[in-house]
Amino acid sequence: MIYSAADIPVWMAVVVAFFVLAGAALALIGAIGFLRLPTFYERIHAPTLATSWGTGGIMCASILFFSVAGGRLVAHEVLIGVFITVTTPVTFMLLARAALHRDRFENNPKVPRRTGPVKL
Amino acid sequence: MLPYPLLTVFLLVMWLLLNRFTLGHVLLGGMVAVCSSWAMAALRPDKPKLRRWYLLPKLFGVVMLDIIRSNIAVSRVILQGRAKEHRSAFINVPLELRDPTALAILSIIVTGTPGSAWLEYDSRNSSVLLHVLDLVDDDEWRDLLKNRYEKLLLEIFS
Repeated sequence: MIYSAADIPVWMAVVVAFFVLAGAALALIGAIGFLRLPTFYERIHAPTLATSWGTGGIMCASILFFSVAGGRLVAHEVLIGVFITVTTPVTFMLLARAALHRDRFENNPKVPRRTGPVKL
Repeated sequence: MLPYPLLTVFLLVMWLLLNRFTLGHVLLGGMVAVCSSWAMAALRPDKPKLRRWYLLPKLFGVVMLDIIRSNIAVSRVILQGRAKEHRSAFINVPLELRDPTALAILSIIVTGTPGSAWLEYDSRNSSVLLHVLDLVDDDEWRDLLKNRYEKLLLEIFS
Protein backbone atom coordinates (compact mmCIF):
# COMPACT_ATOMS: atom_id res chain seq x y z
CA MET A 1 0.00 0.00 0.00
CA ILE A 2 1.20 3.51 -0.76
CA TYR A 3 0.78 6.16 1.90
CA SER A 4 1.16 9.87 1.46
CA ALA A 5 3.16 11.95 3.91
CA ALA A 6 -0.03 13.87 4.68
CA ASP A 7 -1.42 10.76 6.39
CA ILE A 8 0.66 11.31 9.51
CA PRO A 9 0.53 14.15 12.08
CA VAL A 10 3.03 16.99 11.74
CA TRP A 11 5.03 16.22 14.90
CA MET A 12 5.48 12.65 13.72
CA ALA A 13 6.57 13.90 10.30
CA VAL A 14 9.24 15.98 12.04
CA VAL A 15 10.52 12.94 13.96
CA VAL A 16 10.54 10.82 10.79
CA ALA A 17 12.35 13.57 8.87
CA PHE A 18 14.95 13.83 11.64
CA PHE A 19 15.72 10.11 11.45
CA VAL A 20 15.83 10.05 7.64
CA LEU A 21 18.15 13.04 7.51
CA ALA A 22 20.39 11.75 10.29
CA GLY A 23 20.71 8.37 8.57
CA ALA A 24 21.33 9.88 5.16
CA ALA A 25 23.85 12.37 6.57
CA LEU A 26 25.82 9.57 8.23
CA ALA A 27 25.85 7.57 5.00
CA LEU A 28 27.08 10.66 3.14
CA ILE A 29 29.80 11.37 5.71
CA GLY A 30 30.86 7.75 5.44
CA ALA A 31 31.16 8.11 1.68
CA ILE A 32 33.15 11.35 2.06
CA GLY A 33 35.46 9.62 4.51
CA PHE A 34 35.90 6.78 2.07
CA LEU A 35 37.14 9.31 -0.44
CA ARG A 36 39.28 11.46 1.84
CA LEU A 37 41.01 9.24 4.36
CA PRO A 38 44.58 8.50 3.31
CA THR A 39 45.28 4.83 4.08
CA PHE A 40 43.37 1.60 3.54
CA TYR A 41 43.10 0.83 7.25
CA GLU A 42 41.63 4.26 7.93
CA ARG A 43 39.23 3.98 5.02
CA ILE A 44 37.67 0.76 6.29
CA HIS A 45 36.29 2.75 9.23
CA ALA A 46 34.23 5.10 7.07
CA PRO A 47 31.55 2.71 5.73
CA THR A 48 30.73 1.53 9.25
CA LEU A 49 29.00 4.88 9.71
CA ALA A 50 26.52 3.84 7.03
CA THR A 51 26.14 0.31 8.36
CA SER A 52 25.56 1.37 11.97
CA TRP A 53 23.39 4.41 12.58
CA GLY A 54 23.13 5.27 8.89
CA THR A 55 21.03 2.16 8.47
CA GLY A 56 19.62 2.58 11.96
CA GLY A 57 18.27 6.08 11.34
CA ILE A 58 16.54 5.21 8.09
CA MET A 59 15.23 2.02 9.67
CA CYS A 60 13.70 3.94 12.61
CA ALA A 61 12.16 6.46 10.21
CA SER A 62 10.65 3.71 8.08
CA ILE A 63 9.23 1.87 11.11
CA LEU A 64 7.69 5.06 12.52
CA PHE A 65 6.26 6.27 9.21
CA PHE A 66 4.64 3.02 8.12
CA SER A 67 3.45 2.14 11.62
CA VAL A 68 1.74 5.51 12.10
CA ALA A 69 0.41 5.83 8.55
CA GLY A 70 -0.80 2.23 8.42
CA GLY A 71 -2.19 2.22 11.94
CA ARG A 72 -0.47 -1.06 12.88
CA LEU A 73 3.04 -2.03 13.90
CA VAL A 74 5.27 -2.54 10.87
CA ALA A 75 8.71 -3.56 12.07
CA HIS A 76 10.22 -5.94 9.54
CA GLU A 77 12.88 -3.27 8.89
CA VAL A 78 14.46 -4.41 12.15
CA LEU A 79 15.50 -7.56 10.29
CA ILE A 80 17.41 -5.48 7.73
CA GLY A 81 19.26 -3.82 10.59
CA VAL A 82 20.02 -7.13 12.28
CA PHE A 83 21.28 -8.81 9.11
CA ILE A 84 23.43 -5.83 8.10
CA THR A 85 24.99 -5.71 11.56
CA VAL A 86 25.67 -9.43 11.65
CA THR A 87 27.03 -9.77 8.12
CA THR A 88 29.17 -6.61 7.88
CA PRO A 89 32.05 -8.02 9.96
CA VAL A 90 32.39 -10.93 7.51
CA THR A 91 33.27 -8.82 4.46
CA PHE A 92 35.05 -6.36 6.67
CA MET A 93 37.45 -8.90 8.16
CA LEU A 94 37.95 -10.53 4.79
CA LEU A 95 39.13 -7.22 3.29
CA ALA A 96 41.18 -6.24 6.32
CA ARG A 97 42.95 -9.58 6.57
CA ALA A 98 43.67 -9.62 2.84
CA ALA A 99 45.26 -6.17 3.20
CA LEU A 100 47.22 -7.29 6.26
CA HIS A 101 48.43 -10.38 4.45
CA ARG A 102 49.64 -8.37 1.49
CA ASP A 103 51.31 -5.73 3.62
CA ARG A 104 53.11 -8.37 5.67
CA PHE A 105 54.15 -10.17 2.53
CA GLU A 106 55.61 -6.94 1.18
CA ASN A 107 57.29 -6.26 4.54
CA ASN A 108 55.49 -2.98 4.99
CA PRO A 109 57.02 -1.50 8.17
CA LYS A 110 53.80 0.27 9.16
CA VAL A 111 51.96 -2.98 9.73
CA PRO A 112 52.49 -5.04 12.90
CA ARG A 113 54.12 -8.41 12.34
CA ARG A 114 52.27 -11.60 13.00
CA THR A 115 52.70 -12.44 16.65
CA GLY A 116 54.61 -15.67 17.09
CA PRO A 117 53.53 -18.73 19.03
CA VAL A 118 55.22 -17.27 22.11
CA LYS A 119 52.78 -16.65 24.93
CA LEU A 120 52.74 -12.93 25.68
CA MET B 1 11.82 -30.80 23.30
CA LEU B 2 13.41 -27.49 22.33
CA PRO B 3 17.13 -27.89 21.79
CA TYR B 4 17.66 -24.21 20.95
CA PRO B 5 15.09 -22.09 22.78
CA LEU B 6 16.62 -18.73 21.75
CA LEU B 7 16.82 -19.74 18.09
CA THR B 8 13.20 -20.90 18.20
CA VAL B 9 12.05 -17.61 19.73
CA PHE B 10 14.01 -15.54 17.21
CA LEU B 11 12.69 -17.52 14.25
CA LEU B 12 9.14 -17.05 15.50
CA VAL B 13 9.70 -13.30 15.96
CA MET B 14 11.20 -13.09 12.47
CA TRP B 15 8.21 -14.93 11.02
CA LEU B 16 5.82 -12.57 12.77
CA LEU B 17 7.75 -9.48 11.63
CA LEU B 18 7.68 -10.62 8.02
CA ASN B 19 3.99 -11.48 8.19
CA ARG B 20 1.19 -10.09 10.28
CA PHE B 21 0.70 -10.56 14.00
CA THR B 22 -2.26 -12.95 13.92
CA LEU B 23 -3.01 -16.15 15.78
CA GLY B 24 -2.69 -18.16 12.56
CA HIS B 25 0.80 -16.83 11.94
CA VAL B 26 1.82 -17.44 15.55
CA LEU B 27 0.85 -21.10 15.15
CA LEU B 28 2.38 -21.51 11.70
CA GLY B 29 5.55 -19.59 12.62
CA GLY B 30 5.81 -21.55 15.86
CA MET B 31 5.68 -24.81 13.92
CA VAL B 32 8.32 -23.65 11.47
CA ALA B 33 10.53 -22.40 14.31
CA VAL B 34 10.30 -25.65 16.30
CA CYS B 35 10.97 -27.80 13.23
CA SER B 36 13.97 -25.68 12.21
CA SER B 37 15.46 -25.87 15.68
CA TRP B 38 15.20 -29.67 15.46
CA ALA B 39 16.91 -29.52 12.06
CA MET B 40 19.60 -27.35 13.66
CA ALA B 41 20.04 -29.91 16.44
CA ALA B 42 20.56 -32.63 13.81
CA LEU B 43 23.59 -30.67 12.56
CA ARG B 44 25.07 -30.84 16.06
CA PRO B 45 26.80 -27.48 16.17
CA ASP B 46 28.64 -26.43 19.32
CA LYS B 47 26.01 -25.35 21.70
CA PRO B 48 26.74 -21.90 23.14
CA LYS B 49 26.41 -21.93 26.91
CA LEU B 50 24.32 -18.91 27.73
CA ARG B 51 24.46 -18.54 31.46
CA ARG B 52 23.10 -15.12 32.22
CA TRP B 53 21.00 -14.36 29.18
CA TYR B 54 19.18 -11.59 31.04
CA LEU B 55 22.35 -9.49 30.73
CA LEU B 56 21.99 -9.47 26.92
CA PRO B 57 19.64 -6.43 26.88
CA LYS B 58 22.13 -4.54 29.07
CA LEU B 59 24.94 -5.36 26.63
CA PHE B 60 22.70 -4.28 23.74
CA GLY B 61 21.95 -0.94 25.42
CA VAL B 62 25.61 -0.25 26.24
CA VAL B 63 26.64 -1.06 22.66
CA MET B 64 23.90 1.09 21.09
CA LEU B 65 24.96 4.10 23.17
CA ASP B 66 28.63 3.57 22.34
CA ILE B 67 27.81 3.28 18.65
CA ILE B 68 25.98 6.63 18.71
CA ARG B 69 28.93 8.22 20.50
CA SER B 70 31.51 6.80 18.10
CA ASN B 71 29.37 7.73 15.08
CA ILE B 72 29.66 11.33 16.20
CA ALA B 73 33.39 11.01 16.91
CA VAL B 74 34.18 9.44 13.53
CA SER B 75 32.00 11.96 11.66
CA ARG B 76 34.00 14.70 13.34
CA VAL B 77 37.33 13.15 12.32
CA ILE B 78 36.16 12.81 8.71
CA LEU B 79 34.65 16.28 8.44
CA GLN B 80 37.60 18.03 10.04
CA GLY B 81 39.73 16.46 7.35
CA ARG B 82 43.27 17.66 7.35
CA ALA B 83 42.57 20.62 9.62
CA LYS B 84 43.20 18.50 12.68
CA GLU B 85 45.45 15.48 12.65
CA HIS B 86 44.14 12.22 14.02
CA ARG B 87 46.40 9.36 14.91
CA SER B 88 45.31 5.96 13.72
CA ALA B 89 47.13 2.94 15.01
CA PHE B 90 47.09 -0.81 15.47
CA ILE B 91 46.72 -2.17 18.96
CA ASN B 92 46.96 -5.66 20.26
CA VAL B 93 44.55 -6.63 23.01
CA PRO B 94 44.89 -9.89 24.94
CA LEU B 95 41.53 -11.49 25.64
CA GLU B 96 40.27 -13.89 28.26
CA LEU B 97 37.23 -14.79 26.20
CA ARG B 98 37.49 -18.26 24.61
CA ASP B 99 33.92 -19.14 23.68
CA PRO B 100 33.55 -18.88 19.86
CA THR B 101 30.05 -17.42 20.05
CA ALA B 102 31.14 -14.79 22.54
CA LEU B 103 34.13 -13.91 20.36
CA ALA B 104 31.83 -13.59 17.36
CA ILE B 105 29.60 -11.21 19.30
CA LEU B 106 32.60 -9.19 20.44
CA SER B 107 33.84 -8.93 16.85
CA ILE B 108 30.42 -7.71 15.73
CA ILE B 109 30.46 -5.08 18.48
CA VAL B 110 33.96 -3.88 17.62
CA THR B 111 33.28 -3.81 13.88
CA GLY B 112 29.85 -2.28 14.28
CA THR B 113 31.31 0.56 16.30
CA PRO B 114 32.75 3.06 13.84
CA GLY B 115 36.31 4.00 14.61
CA SER B 116 37.48 0.57 15.65
CA ALA B 117 38.11 -2.41 13.43
CA TRP B 118 38.63 -6.03 14.40
CA LEU B 119 41.38 -7.24 12.10
CA GLU B 120 42.67 -10.55 13.30
CA TYR B 121 42.10 -12.91 16.18
CA ASP B 122 45.02 -15.07 17.12
CA SER B 123 43.80 -18.19 18.88
CA ARG B 124 47.30 -19.27 19.91
CA ASN B 125 47.87 -16.17 22.00
CA SER B 126 44.15 -15.46 22.29
CA SER B 127 44.77 -11.85 21.45
CA VAL B 128 43.13 -9.66 18.89
CA LEU B 129 44.64 -7.08 16.58
CA LEU B 130 42.52 -3.94 16.32
CA HIS B 131 42.85 -0.85 14.21
CA VAL B 132 41.66 2.37 15.80
CA LEU B 133 40.95 5.46 13.72
CA ASP B 134 41.56 8.08 16.36
CA LEU B 135 43.76 6.66 19.05
CA VAL B 136 44.44 8.90 22.02
CA ASP B 137 45.56 6.37 24.58
CA ASP B 138 46.29 2.66 24.04
CA ASP B 139 45.42 1.67 27.57
CA GLU B 140 42.15 3.50 27.50
CA TRP B 141 41.09 1.35 24.54
CA ARG B 142 42.23 -1.87 26.14
CA ASP B 143 40.39 -0.87 29.27
CA LEU B 144 37.22 -0.07 27.29
CA LEU B 145 37.24 -3.37 25.44
CA LYS B 146 38.08 -5.46 28.47
CA ASN B 147 35.99 -3.83 31.15
CA ARG B 148 33.01 -2.66 29.15
CA TYR B 149 32.37 -5.53 26.73
CA GLU B 150 34.52 -8.49 27.62
CA LYS B 151 33.49 -8.53 31.28
CA LEU B 152 29.80 -8.59 30.34
CA LEU B 153 30.36 -11.26 27.71
CA LEU B 154 32.34 -13.37 30.17
CA GLU B 155 29.44 -13.12 32.56
CA ILE B 156 26.90 -14.04 29.88
CA PHE B 157 28.86 -16.96 28.44
CA SER B 158 30.88 -18.97 30.92
